[in-house]
Amino acid sequence: MRIKQLLIGMTASVIAVSSYVEMAIADLKFPMLVYRTGAYAPNGIPNADGFVDYYKMINARDGGIGGEKILHPECETGYKTQVGVECYEKNKKDAMVFQPMSTGITYQLIPKATADGVTVYSTGYGRTSAANGKVFKWIFNAPVTYWDGASIAVRHILKNNLGNIRGKKIALVYHNSAYGKEPIRTLETLSKKHGFKLMLLPVDHPGQEQKATWLKIRKARPDNVLMWGWGVMNQVAIKSAASIKFPMDKFIGIWWSGSENDVLPAGKGADGYKSLTFNAPGTDYQVHADIKKYVHDKGQASGDGSHFGTVLYNRGLFQAMVQVEAATVAQKIHGTSKITPAMYRDGMENVNLSAKRLEELGFKDFAPPFKNSCENHGGSGLAAVQQWDANAKKWNMITEYMYGDSDVVQKLIAEDSSKYAAEQKIAERCN
Amino acid sequence: MIYKETGQYKSSYKSDHAIFPLLQDKIAFSTLMFIAFLIIPFVINSYWEKAILVPFLIFSLAAIGLNILTGYCGQVSLGTGGFMAVGAFSTYKIMTYFPDMNIMIIILISGLITAAVGIIFGLPSLRIKGFYLAVATLASQFFLVWLFNKVPWFYNYSDTGQITVSERTMFGIPVTGAEAPSYATYLFCLVLVVTLSFAAKNLIRSKMGRSWMAIRDMDIAAEIIGVPPLKTKLSAFAISSFYIGVAGALYFAVFLGAIEVTESFDIMTISFPVLFMIIIGGLGSMLGSFLGAAFVVTLPIGLKFLMVDIVGLSAVTAKHFEITIWGLLMIVFLIVEPHGLARLWSIAKEKLRRWPFPY
Repeated sequence: MRIKQLLIGMTASVIAVSSYVEMAIADLKFPMLVYRTGAYAPNGIPNADGFVDYYKMINARDGGIGGEKILHPECETGYKTQVGVECYEKNKKDAMVFQPMSTGITYQLIPKATADGVTVYSTGYGRTSAANGKVFKWIFNAPVTYWDGASIAVRHILKNNLGNIRGKKIALVYHNSAYGKEPIRTLETLSKKHGFKLMLLPVDHPGQEQKATWLKIRKARPDNVLMWGWGVMNQVAIKSAASIKFPMDKFIGIWWSGSENDVLPAGKGADGYKSLTFNAPGTDYQVHADIKKYVHDKGQASGDGSHFGTVLYNRGLFQAMVQVEAATVAQKIHGTSKITPAMYRDGMENVNLSAKRLEELGFKDFAPPFKNSCENHGGSGLAAVQQWDANAKKWNMITEYMYGDSDVVQKLIAEDSSKYAAEQKIAERCN
Repeated sequence: MIYKETGQYKSSYKSDHAIFPLLQDKIAFSTLMFIAFLIIPFVINSYWEKAILVPFLIFSLAAIGLNILTGYCGQVSLGTGGFMAVGAFSTYKIMTYFPDMNIMIIILISGLITAAVGIIFGLPSLRIKGFYLAVATLASQFFLVWLFNKVPWFYNYSDTGQITVSERTMFGIPVTGAEAPSYATYLFCLVLVVTLSFAAKNLIRSKMGRSWMAIRDMDIAAEIIGVPPLKTKLSAFAISSFYIGVAGALYFAVFLGAIEVTESFDIMTISFPVLFMIIIGGLGSMLGSFLGAAFVVTLPIGLKFLMVDIVGLSAVTAKHFEITIWGLLMIVFLIVEPHGLARLWSIAKEKLRRWPFPY
């Protein structure tokens, strides 16, 4: 009897599976790898919401990109590499661009996407040397890389110390993964150049356990602490720093360690915490007004809509905007609205977001202008420092957008990308 | 009636010792091999390859390895992730030192290196058993992962600690790297898995396998009747680690291509899932290793497919359901059929034998 039921059930499920027919896609597909679950969800959710709201707004306001609707299927990765691969394989057909939102998955996709001819856009994360378009044809990481970030943070510290940090001690608290290790080489080079001492403090995934790390900081008393953290690690680090009374204005996070979710749990203790950023916080931009009008007011906000205007939500808007802009550029170059993945790549390579273009798109003063080119997939390399005001519960920009130490960074990028090119036997382009 | 044994006489020792003594089993197995070797390679696409078949084959191999140690020899191990990392990093180091060596040989050598590491970490099993041994092997998991993350020599001083595979070919066709066609990676894994499974099946039926089971069932009694615990336990650790090491090498070189030790060989990504595979599949059963691996690899994908693509739930809701269903199924399984899927299969066989009047 049981066997019979089992057989019936199995037959039914086989029929259900085979009746699933993939629908013909005439629209532009922007698959999303998101993580709304797991240890990195506090950061993954606002960012994904920003993406979805922007796509929905473009579909509602402009009827898509050049008349082509945007499809944005979500695939939940939980920040896990293996699941990321599954999501990529599932969605890669006719996909315009992948935004993995994880350095681990980005590393995984770089060779695969290059072989498959799919664009990967890792906005300010992933493999830094992918900024070298001569080697990484399909990979983009504009507008700024981790190595720029590290040198911008050091530049900020230099400025606050009247240009001399010889003999000072700078600690790097980092996620013990490819992501967190990215800035180490740059910081080592910079420490030789400027004569500061570098202290490396790894924090293991997921980052809940940092007692030993902050005990070391308490003992060694570094003058500045830099942080490359993500997810729950950020909150724990900021709370721990507050509890050992580390001066918050000497604590600088990378742009992934500076969102509201990271500082709010520490309450007043987080006041003065700094982080880098390449986009502005807040809701005073045209794009927010449009999203409010076309998406939120119709009750179609992604998620619960509560992340509107937060740092990571705004970054999601920025990332989505660049991806959509690349499609617009590609349509212009190739003179057709129905672009293929290969055409899309050309668009991404010729993105030119001038101040004027940003204003047209509703992003006036939201981020510094940047442009990609055949050689340069890394954008402008500009980032600013923002500071948390715990009383007003908001981030304030405290510096202009500034460049990193391009001598150091460009040299390292050339070194690393040529090593990769030699390993993978890639001939340089753009010559 | 479907499983009709009557009339199948065994007239020689050879036929009595066959792996598949029944004609029906032989037919079923040959059909399966026919499909696996001669049909799937022609219809496989990269989604089936990367999401389902290759991970299934690799995890089957890891599950066989763990089953040898835990299911047959009774030594609980939580160090699977660490041992797979040994296989992966050995492959990487050998690959970079000997660029011209054949990938098959590299992978087998990596298995041998892992076997040596397994013997070292198996030494505590001579003194401790059960939960205590589980904790000792857990230490090996953490130690090995820490080691590969800490010592830059293992990842050739790369900036990020990532190791990346370069292209290697078999008979002129790439089997590793991004350019490898789906059928090549699949067949490469399949050949290794089928060969090593037959080896394992025969080892288990040999003197060595019987002494493992003797140690598992009652170690003192086994020692009294002349089964040397030192040799037996360490051989189980060595052979189990060999299988797990080969699985780790394939996981890195063929499946993922680029890995980071802390993430890819984490206890939650490897060690526990592989342990679940042999528990769900069936401890001390070859078939169980495969069924368990198939279950653990395909269930999340199947659930996701069902909930997102057919029912139309959002990705995140489906994920929450998936986690809940996974937990529930584990509990239900352990209550309803503690002997695993392999036992379900043998019950089914029993019923088929009495078809059409099963009781």
